[in-house]
Amino acid sequence: MATQTSPMRDYIFFAVFAVAVLTMPVWLEPIGAGYPDLLQKFAIFGLFATGFNLLFGLTGYLSFGHAAFLGVGSYTAVWTFKLLGMNPIPAAIMAVIASGLFALAIGYVSLRRSGIYFSILTLAFAQMSYNLAYSVLTPITNGETGLRVLQSDPRLFDGSTESDGPLLSNLFGIEMTGYAGFYFCAVVLLIGFFIAQRIFRSPFGIMLRAVKTNQNRMTYTGLNPRPYTLAAFVISGMYAGLAGALMCITDPLAGAERMQWTASGEIVLMTILGGAGTLLGPIFGAALIKYFENIFSAFNEQTLHEIFGFLPDWIEYPIVSVSSLFVGEGWHLTLGVLFMLIVIFLPGGLMEGIARIRKLFRRKPGKAEPSGAAAPAE
Amino acid sequence: MSLIRKPLNRRSILRAGAMGGAALATPTVFTSSAWSAPYLNEPKGGEVTFGFNVPQTGAYADEGADELRAYQLAVKHINGEGDGGMLNTFSSKALGGNGVNGKKVAYVTGDTQTKSDAARASAKRMIEKDGAIMITGGSSSGVAIAVQSLCQEAGVIFMAGLTHSNDTTGKDRRANGFRHFFNTEMTGAALAPVLKNAFGTDRKAYHLTADYTWGWSQEGSIKKYTEALGWNTVAAVRTPLGAGDFSQYLTPVLNSGADVLVLNHYGKDMVNSLTQAVQFGLREKQVNGKQFEIVVPLFSRLMAQGAGDAIKGIFGSTNWNWSLQDEGSQAFVKSFGQEYGFPPSQAAHTCYAQAILYADACQRAGTFEPCAVAAALEDYEFDGLGNGPTLYRGADHQCFKDVLVVKGKENPSSQFDLLEVVEITPRAQVEYAPDMEDVKGDLGTCNNGA
Repeated sequence: MATQTSPMRDYIFFAVFAVAVLTMPVWLEPIGAGYPDLLQKFAIFGLFATGFNLLFGLTGYLSFGHAAFLGVGSYTAVWTFKLLGMNPIPAAIMAVIASGLFALAIGYVSLRRSGIYFSILTLAFAQMSYNLAYSVLTPITNGETGLRVLQSDPRLFDGSTESDGPLLSNLFGIEMTGYAGFYFCAVVLLIGFFIAQRIFRSPFGIMLRAVKTNQNRMTYTGLNPRPYTLAAFVISGMYAGLAGALMCITDPLAGAERMQWTASGEIVLMTILGGAGTLLGPIFGAALIKYFENIFSAFNEQTLHEIFGFLPDWIEYPIVSVSSLFVGEGWHLTLGVLFMLIVIFLPGGLMEGIARIRKLFRRKPGKAEPSGAAAPAE
Repeated sequence: MSLIRKPLNRRSILRAGAMGGAALATPTVFTSSAWSAPYLNEPKGGEVTFGFNVPQTGAYADEGADELRAYQLAVKHINGEGDGGMLNTFSSKALGGNGVNGKKVAYVTGDTQTKSDAARASAKRMIEKDGAIMITGGSSSGVAIAVQSLCQEAGVIFMAGLTHSNDTTGKDRRANGFRHFFNTEMTGAALAPVLKNAFGTDRKAYHLTADYTWGWSQEGSIKKYTEALGWNTVAAVRTPLGAGDFSQYLTPVLNSGADVLVLNHYGKDMVNSLTQAVQFGLREKQVNGKQFEIVVPLFSRLMAQGAGDAIKGIFGSTNWNWSLQDEGSQAFVKSFGQEYGFPPSQAAHTCYAQAILYADACQRAGTFEPCAVAAALEDYEFDGLGNGPTLYRGADHQCFKDVLVVKGKENPSSQFDLLEVVEITPRAQVEYAPDMEDVKGDLGTCNNGA
């Protein structure tokens, strides 16, 4: 897919992507996903996955502890709210700085190993952070209950003006909930995506790909891969921290369960499901998983009976009883089946599926470059 | 794309993209109902939607499943199907079995996963997408508090399900949140006299506590009341929620010199910790010349079923038990049993009561407007929902009613007949001032989301 790249194509691609993201409330409405909370999740996890992909997709280092950075970002954002005020911009900046520093520390240690050892090290660090947040650091994290912004917090810049209304993040008077919150997240996602696109195309990105392809050869040519991988790790951690901050901006609450290993696993799933190493894939993967989690998990037998209501009863009841295993609390099962199918038949993730379909259509009109085709997905 | 082919440069493309995005996004601002209705999710047409947010996975999944059954039964009764259950014994006769305010009740469900994040996401979906006018449920205080503050921010009513921490209507109380269930303060006040009679005043207690708001709250209340009896607290150890294996926490108990173990656990955690404590032989031990005892301050029939023989003779408190003989309880047990084939748990009872109380308040207020409904619930006295005369106190939105002190039955007559009511502690004995030191909080003002 990355065969023909030119700055022009990248800008067109980015513009199409921007339009698609900003119009999500319209075109996701028919499949029941056009409501603010889920749209915010799409944008936030899209950003998280984009950042994760910078590390995993480019350098091939599989981090199993990225949720820790998400958690650090969340806690930093809530503490910024508590101490400085409810404006999302300082919270986002502080979260990026904190998670960057944290990633630097963890990356410095973990990147001494590669492959499975690196994965296990990051997993161990993440699990350590999770347990610390749960036990020793309870004064900072408020443990299982989660950290919230309280009326009694100092909030240096807006503490005095606040009435007794709900405490929401507030960008110069615009409350960061509902669609306003989504557009804020979407703009941050677009900025993050643009930076990721630049990194993909930069000499630095080529170096990262070189690390993935053959690290030994890279060392023989006299290049030290460590600074590159460490930089990628830190950037990726910053993306995760920013995503964590966005979660708190749209909903000022941080809980330790965001750092659990299942959360780290989820981001790996998202990236692989969508297609590691591609720009759009991880975002698709994130959206797919969040869609399943929120929409499929809410189906109950009542809904299924409505869907299959047109069938005669003797067909309807068996269908409903079988399919009810895969929705509601069984949505993990559906996701698992889907994941297996994708890994077996489309190892490159959803993006490989899209590429194959495009190839099918492209072959027919001959070898000529289809100039009038709709703007390419990538 | 042909329109912008000629001066194709970065600026023009970005500009076209931004303008297109803005133009396409505009209509969504107007479709958002929050802008036009006088209050959030005002029901239009013949249906009103309730949101049932219960744990379907995780440590409290059993309670969640029972809660959902109770909600479905309550909706049936409100809509006039089935035998009417506790509506027939309820002191308010506002509901006539034809829905609420002439609208049929529909519902949506969600899985809280016993995690604050998931619970809030699921509640948000119900409010933003499904148009739920009220959210109810939850089987963990951490979740209940998180969802309650979400409902306050969004502007819908939250009717708490099974949540026992003082904080829900204490320091985290909210104007839009209401709780029927009792709390750890009441458990302490009701349990302490019974413990004094059974175990005496010279005891050394060791606490194992689930490490979140409810565990801390219960540990605090039990300490407060048992220390007032003259007991000593040797240690209080926090255990993570959903730990599964508690043996590493139980071994130190043996050598601590304590002669009472207080398990501040609930759901599957309590089933595991109690069973393991019994397997460790704690109950056969003699310490300080006294029989070693275990206390589980909050337990339910569902957990007793899970713990099997281990529960026999263990003291605890409960909000309600199906063996109660009053008219309301009997009617509820009968219609729940007919529907599902087994008796309801205390979680099912409190959730059923909350759904009925909310519907009744809407009917009495004549509207679904959250602030009017809240006003109808505040300081409301009612009877016939299984706990005797009950008051929904306006100062903290907490229900006050009798508390049951129970003991695991030694010779159960059936697989459900597991709890023996030792004492029904009268309401007056468990009442406390709304601004008492441990439970001080600020309700704030009611929010209708407009």
